[in-house]
Amino acid sequence: MDLVLINLIDGLVTGLLLFMLSAGLTLIFSMMGVLNFAHASFYMLGAYFAYQISTYLGFWMGLLIAPLLVGVLGALVERYGLRRVHQYGHVPELIFTFGLALLIEEAVQFVWGRDRVPYEIPEVLEFTAFTVSGFAIPAYKVFMLFISVAIFILLLWFLTRTRVGLVIQAALSYPRTVEALGHNVPLVFMGVFGVGTALAGVAGVIAGPVLSTFPGMAFVLGSIVFVTIVIGGLGSLSGALVASLLIGWLTTFAKSYNVRAEDLLNAIGISTPENLDESLWRDLWTITSPQIADILPYILMVLILVFRPHGLFGKRDA
Amino acid sequence: MRKTTRFGLSAALALCIGASAAFAENIKIAFIDPLSGPFAATGTDGLHQYEFAAEELVNKKGGVLGGKKFEIVPFDNKISPKESLIQLQVAIDQGIRFIAQGNSSGVANALTDAIKKHNKRNPDKRVLFLNYSAVDPALTNDKCNFWHFRFDANADIKMDALTDVIAQKPEIKKVYIIGQDYSFGKAVAAAAVKFLGQKRPDIEIVGNELHPIGKVKDFTPYARKIISSGADAVITGNWGSDMVGLGKAILENGFKGPLYTYYAASTGITAAFGEAGKGSLKLVGEGQINPPPNDRADAYATAFKAKYPDDDLGQPRIANVIEMLAKAIEQAGTDTDMVAIAKALEGMEHDSIWGGKVWMRPQDHQAIQNVHIFAHTDGVKHDFDNSGYGLLVESTVEMAGKDSPTTCKMKRP
Repeated sequence: MDLVLINLIDGLVTGLLLFMLSAGLTLIFSMMGVLNFAHASFYMLGAYFAYQISTYLGFWMGLLIAPLLVGVLGALVERYGLRRVHQYGHVPELIFTFGLALLIEEAVQFVWGRDRVPYEIPEVLEFTAFTVSGFAIPAYKVFMLFISVAIFILLLWFLTRTRVGLVIQAALSYPRTVEALGHNVPLVFMGVFGVGTALAGVAGVIAGPVLSTFPGMAFVLGSIVFVTIVIGGLGSLSGALVASLLIGWLTTFAKSYNVRAEDLLNAIGISTPENLDESLWRDLWTITSPQIADILPYILMVLILVFRPHGLFGKRDA
Repeated sequence: MRKTTRFGLSAALALCIGASAAFAENIKIAFIDPLSGPFAATGTDGLHQYEFAAEELVNKKGGVLGGKKFEIVPFDNKISPKESLIQLQVAIDQGIRFIAQGNSSGVANALTDAIKKHNKRNPDKRVLFLNYSAVDPALTNDKCNFWHFRFDANADIKMDALTDVIAQKPEIKKVYIIGQDYSFGKAVAAAAVKFLGQKRPDIEIVGNELHPIGKVKDFTPYARKIISSGADAVITGNWGSDMVGLGKAILENGFKGPLYTYYAASTGITAAFGEAGKGSLKLVGEGQINPPPNDRADAYATAFKAKYPDDDLGQPRIANVIEMLAKAIEQAGTDTDMVAIAKALEGMEHDSIWGGKVWMRPQDHQAIQNVHIFAHTDGVKHDFDNSGYGLLVESTVEMAGKDSPTTCKMKRP
C-alpha cells in the first residue's frame, strides 16, 4: 500500500516532466501543423546550457537563463529556418526538423564531448524532503513537481486569460482572419515556437541533474514525446497533460510490480502449457511487466490510433 | 577551443601516419566499437587507450618484426551486432587481420561466429578476434573457437571473486540482483545465484530481474522496489548510462548498503557518483591502478592522462592485449600467419604492467589474472573523470578462476 503512494508520487513527477516537453510540441503542432522532430534536442540544449551557466553562476541562474537562450534559439530557427522551408510544404519541414535534431546532437558532442557532464543537483536541495514509511522523497523531486505545476498553471492562464493568449488561440484556428484584423501572425508563430522550445528547455534544465546530461538524452526521450501528444490528441494541451500523467503512472507501476504474463494469462483462464521450453509461446509466457514497461506507452498509442484516431482530447485525426 | 585544437592536431597526426604508412607496412588492428550514440563515451575511451597502448608499448620501442608499427583503425558499430558484421567485412576487405572489440557480448557473439566462418572459408585471409571486454561466459565455453581470445576475466570468474568477498560479510543476508536484459545481464544473474547458493546458502535472493538495455529513462521505480525488498546488497552488471541511472536512483532514494558492480567507473560515471558513491559503490575487475603496483604502471597512467586529459585508463587490460599481441607476433615471426600467432598466444604467460601475471589458458582462450574488488573513493593517485574520485584496490583474488571449469571443446586447425 505504501509502495502505491510512493509510486503515485514518482509517476506524477515523471508525467509532469513529460508534460513540459509535450506541451511545447503540441502547441507548435496545433499552430503550424508541423511535427518538430528537433523538440527533444531543445530539451537537451536546455540541460547543457544550464550546466554551462551553472559552472559560472550557479544552478539558479542556469534555471533562469538557459530556457531563455533555448527559446531565443528556437525563435531564430523558426524565423530563419522553418519559415523559409514552410512554402515547400510539410515534408520538407519534417526533413528540416529531423536534420536539425541530428545537427544539434553532433554539435553538443563537439562542444561538450561524448561523456556525460557533471551537472548536479544544487546543494540546497540535496536533502530528503520527507519519507513515506521508509521511502525517501528527495527535495529535488518536490522542487520538480512545483516547477512543472507552476508552469502548467502559468501556461493555462496565459492562453485563456490574456489578450495575447486569445490572439494565439484565434490564430490557431483562423490565421487569415486574425491577420486581416491587423495582427502579425508570423510573429505569433515565431513567439509560440520560441515559447514551446523554451518549455522544452526548462524540462531539460530540471531533468538534467536527475536523468543525467549526456548526448543521448534527446534520443532516449524523443520518441516518447510524440507518443504522448498522439495519445492526448494532437494540438490539445489538456490532452497532453492527461496523456503525460497516464504514461508516467503506467510505466512507473509496471516497473515497480513484477506482474508476470503467466499470472495474467492464468487469471483469464488460459492454463500454462505443460512444457514451456518447447512451447512456441515461451517468450510470451515468461514476460514480466518491468521488461515491457517502456513499450507499454507505444502499445497504448497503437490502441488509441485504432479506436480513437484523434486521441483522447484531440479534434483532428492524427 | 581546446577541442578544435585537438581535432586539428589529430588530423595532422593522421596525415603524418598516412604518409609514413607509405614507407613501412603497418600492422593494423580494427577497433570495432560504438563511437556514436548512447554508448559512444565508452567506445571512444577504449579507442584512445588502444591508440596510447600501441604507441607507448610497441611503436616507441621500435615496433615488432624489425620495425613494423601497430596502427589502430576505428570502426563505428553503433553497438549493433548487424552493423558490426558490416564493419567486420569492411575491415577484412581493407586487409586488416586483427579485430579488437569489447563493448557488448551481443556484438561479440555475432563477431565470433562470423570470424569462425570467415576463417574456415578463407584460410589465406584469416583474422584473429581480440576480445578485450565482452565477458559473456559462453564465448569461452560453448561458443569458444580457436580465433577468439578473451583478455578480461569473464562474468563467472568475476562473480566467483565477488561472491568470495560477499561470503565473508555476515551482515549481508539479502541480495538483490538486477541487470540489463541481454546475454551478459543474464549471465551475471545466473552466476550470482549459482555462487551465492554454493558459498552462502543462507543468503536470500530477494530480487532477480532484468530491465531493457539503454531504454530506461528513470530508474526510480526500480530503486523503490529494491529498497522495499529490504536488500542488504545489490549486484548489477549494468554499464554506461544504465549504470549511472540505476546507481544514482538507488543511492538517492536512501539505499545505504554496498552496491556491487562490474562497470561503475570512468566515462563520466565516477564523476556522476562522486561523494554519493563513497562507501557504497564497489567494483570487481582486473588491472590495479591505485595504489600504483609499480613505477612503470604509475608512469604509464600519468603519461596517458597527459596525452588524453579527458579520458581515463578505465580498461587497463588493453595494455595487456597490445603487449601480448606484440609478443605473439615476435614469437611467431609473422604478422600474416594467424595460426602461428594464435598458437603463440595460447598458453602465453605474461608479466602484466599492472602487476601479477596474465595466463592465456589454452583450453578455452580465457585470460587468467588477478581479480580485484575496488572501492569507489577519493584521495587516490590516479582518479577518473578528473573528479578526485577513483578506484582503490580493497581485496584481491590471485589468478582468479585458474581451475574454473570450461565446456569448451576447441577445434584447432
